Amino acid sequence: MRNSRRLVLAHLWFAFAGFGVALLLGEWQMLVRSPLHAWISDPEWYYRSVTAHGTTMAYVFPTLVAMGFGYFVTEAALKRPMIGLRWAWLGFALVALGTFTAIVPVALGLASVLYTFYPPLIGNPFYYIGVVLVVVGSWVWVALMSVNLYRWKRDNPGAPVPFAMFATVAGSYLWGWTAVGAALELLFQIIPVALGLSDTIDAGLARVFFSWTLHAIVYFWLMPTYIAYYTIVPRAIGGRLFSDSMGRIAFILFLIVAMPIGIHHAFEDPQVGAGFKYLHSVFTAFVALPTLLTVFTICASVEIAGRLRGGKGVLGWLTALPWRNPVMLGAALSFVMLGFGGAGGLINQSYQLDATIHNTQWITGHFHLIFGGAIVIMYFVIAYDIWPHLTGRALDSFGLMRAQLWTWFVGMIVLTFPWHWVGILGMPRRMAFYDYADPAIAAQAPWVTMSVFGGAILVLSGVLFLIVLARGQTTLRTEPEAYRFSVAVHPPRSLPAALNGFGLWLGLMVGLTIVNYGFPIVHLLATPGTAVPAINIGTR
Amino acid sequence: MRGQGIVSLHNPWFTASVGITAVIAIVAIIAGFAWLPLEQQGARFQGVWDAICSAAGLVRNPPSAAQIVGADYPTTRVEIIPQILEGASAESIGRGATLALRCTMCHGARGMSQADSPNLAGQSPLTIYKQLNDFKTGARTSAVMVPLVADLGDADMRDLAAYYAYLPRLADHYSNTDPRPRIVANGAPMRGIAPCGACHGDLDSKAGAGWLRGQPAVYLRAQLEAFATGARRNDIGEQMRNVARQMTAAEIDAATEFYANR
Repeated sequence: MRNSRRLVLAHLWFAFAGFGVALLLGEWQMLVRSPLHAWISDPEWYYRSVTAHGTTMAYVFPTLVAMGFGYFVTEAALKRPMIGLRWAWLGFALVALGTFTAIVPVALGLASVLYTFYPPLIGNPFYYIGVVLVVVGSWVWVALMSVNLYRWKRDNPGAPVPFAMFATVAGSYLWGWTAVGAALELLFQIIPVALGLSDTIDAGLARVFFSWTLHAIVYFWLMPTYIAYYTIVPRAIGGRLFSDSMGRIAFILFLIVAMPIGIHHAFEDPQVGAGFKYLHSVFTAFVALPTLLTVFTICASVEIAGRLRGGKGVLGWLTALPWRNPVMLGAALSFVMLGFGGAGGLINQSYQLDATIHNTQWITGHFHLIFGGAIVIMYFVIAYDIWPHLTGRALDSFGLMRAQLWTWFVGMIVLTFPWHWVGILGMPRRMAFYDYADPAIAAQAPWVTMSVFGGAILVLSGVLFLIVLARGQTTLRTEPEAYRFSVAVHPPRSLPAALNGFGLWLGLMVGLTIVNYGFPIVHLLATPGTAVPAINIGTR
Repeated sequence: MRGQGIVSLHNPWFTASVGITAVIAIVAIIAGFAWLPLEQQGARFQGVWDAICSAAGLVRNPPSAAQIVGADYPTTRVEIIPQILEGASAESIGRGATLALRCTMCHGARGMSQADSPNLAGQSPLTIYKQLNDFKTGARTSAVMVPLVADLGDADMRDLAAYYAYLPRLADHYSNTDPRPRIVANGAPMRGIAPCGACHGDLDSKAGAGWLRGQPAVYLRAQLEAFATGARRNDIGEQMRNVARQMTAAEIDAATEFYANR
């Protein structure tokens, strides 16, 4: 574990520092467009902040957590030093450099295009180049995960790959492939225009490329959370993983169906045919499958722990669970948010129902509940669980940890439930100003105000999180025992090749991508007259 | 281990996973590309292939019965792209200065009007180019301007635009501290009115929208009223007519006074 300690810590500190800044920006945005604050009179500041918030929270923060946790898992699961430590530092340097390259033009107001780019809006080229550097840095991680797996399998022929490593590599492959869409959009469409090499851009094609990335990126964010459900939660509460194979199948299913479904983000876009929208809608429905498998497996694993602790009867095992354990608490709160967020996602996934909430605050509420809620709360849990193994110092502020997880949960519910509701009332998203004095939307004012308080609770929770980590620096140095992942009820002795490798699944992933995206992309490329004039940010 | 015998019909993992995926895709494709389109009421497909092409997103010819109805008045022919007038040469500005001698009577010797005509000094070149074009093509009417632009060619209009854009704006000398009225800062979202300042300066400016700071109040008011009544209609998307029709008298007062006083 010594080999990569500093590497993992660097990733996580950078990630959480960015997260802290972006969290404050988010709350500022909530405040200034609420009835509690007079209109700031300049929407540019609002969009500048949204761009910085989105870029940090969507690209930098989860990518660094996934990378850092991935390096940690590599050493802890394979039980040997990681191969390519220097390359990993290079990847980290690229992500850090990219972050600053991107955020400086945003801070200067030269790239207020929001993190989803929205061509034909075009910002300063350094913003996009910075994002590309972040992605390239993360691809170094993808390659290292693959190399480490391959070398381990070569040295251990026929042995089952440890589940934590299998899942981590699945997540890295998913990211490697899904990032290609946005990379194509940036390299071949946006950056040439931003550099002044072209005046026009095919915005419709750019949106299709971005949708390639946009949905599976959420599953990439989700991967560390799911890995923690399977490999940390059962161990931390004294139970067993219900099924190792079920876990592998869940991650394999993510690999196949998480990506070729992104056009459900473009249901209202005219440049994609209705047939492809329907096809993507169908496959989006199937992405519920690995989540349902996970919910079942984890609930079963937790039940095992409850019964081992003496719980009896149909529900008695629930009360026997170690609810004061932050891992147990965090996972339970994460599941609740995942349930609500997933239910909302069924609306978004439906080609017809989506029209009722498209481009409303419902969507913003949805992805904050899923990502900010269910996913990020498990990032905290991961940090709490692995931090002592990184610093050699115990984290012992258990009361603060529970308070932090509870405030994150309550804050996220208070933030996102009203957000969903005003979305149903028709409140549009991505707007800097709402005139609550107007009777037509005056009724939304109390709900928006409520969201501001939800955001404030989240800021408090973020501060608590940093306090817990900071207090961990003051405890006595100890040498923790070797890190352990959950053990399955029936640990695999040998596995079918399909559950121990990725060849077949990568083939299916690419094949399904070609079926679902091939024609729309080729068609848009071949159709003349689809380019529109680029609109440069700040053009006077 | 990987790859050895995985892609084989004897491997149940391969046959099951590929088979199930293929069945789902094929059923979804049949439903999405043929069955559901043909079930739609009034879709007017000429056969299954037509429905499939439609669902695939192919651009189809409109039904022959549908006529494209044009406006019954001249509309602007200028396609606004931010870059079309970029990089004016010194020669162009010089030619524009010569041509501008005929404009001085109303628009002032250096583009600052004494006659409640628009101040052109520092105006965005796209705005000047578009308005000159519109006067020439009849999209915008004016008893004074139309005869004056009749003999201007495209290059002349570009030169004039370059010259006036090159002159310094008087409004830049004004302080920037007056509170913006609500209509300028916020618009009126529930009536579909974007903030004036989002396009016409002060908050932001958009290609083709005139820079309004320091323009005469009489002129601004007259144009808003002309848009509201439809007397002026060279906004091809009716964006200004829709805004002006929805504005209250108090809002017109507030906007004109705000921009005129800067």
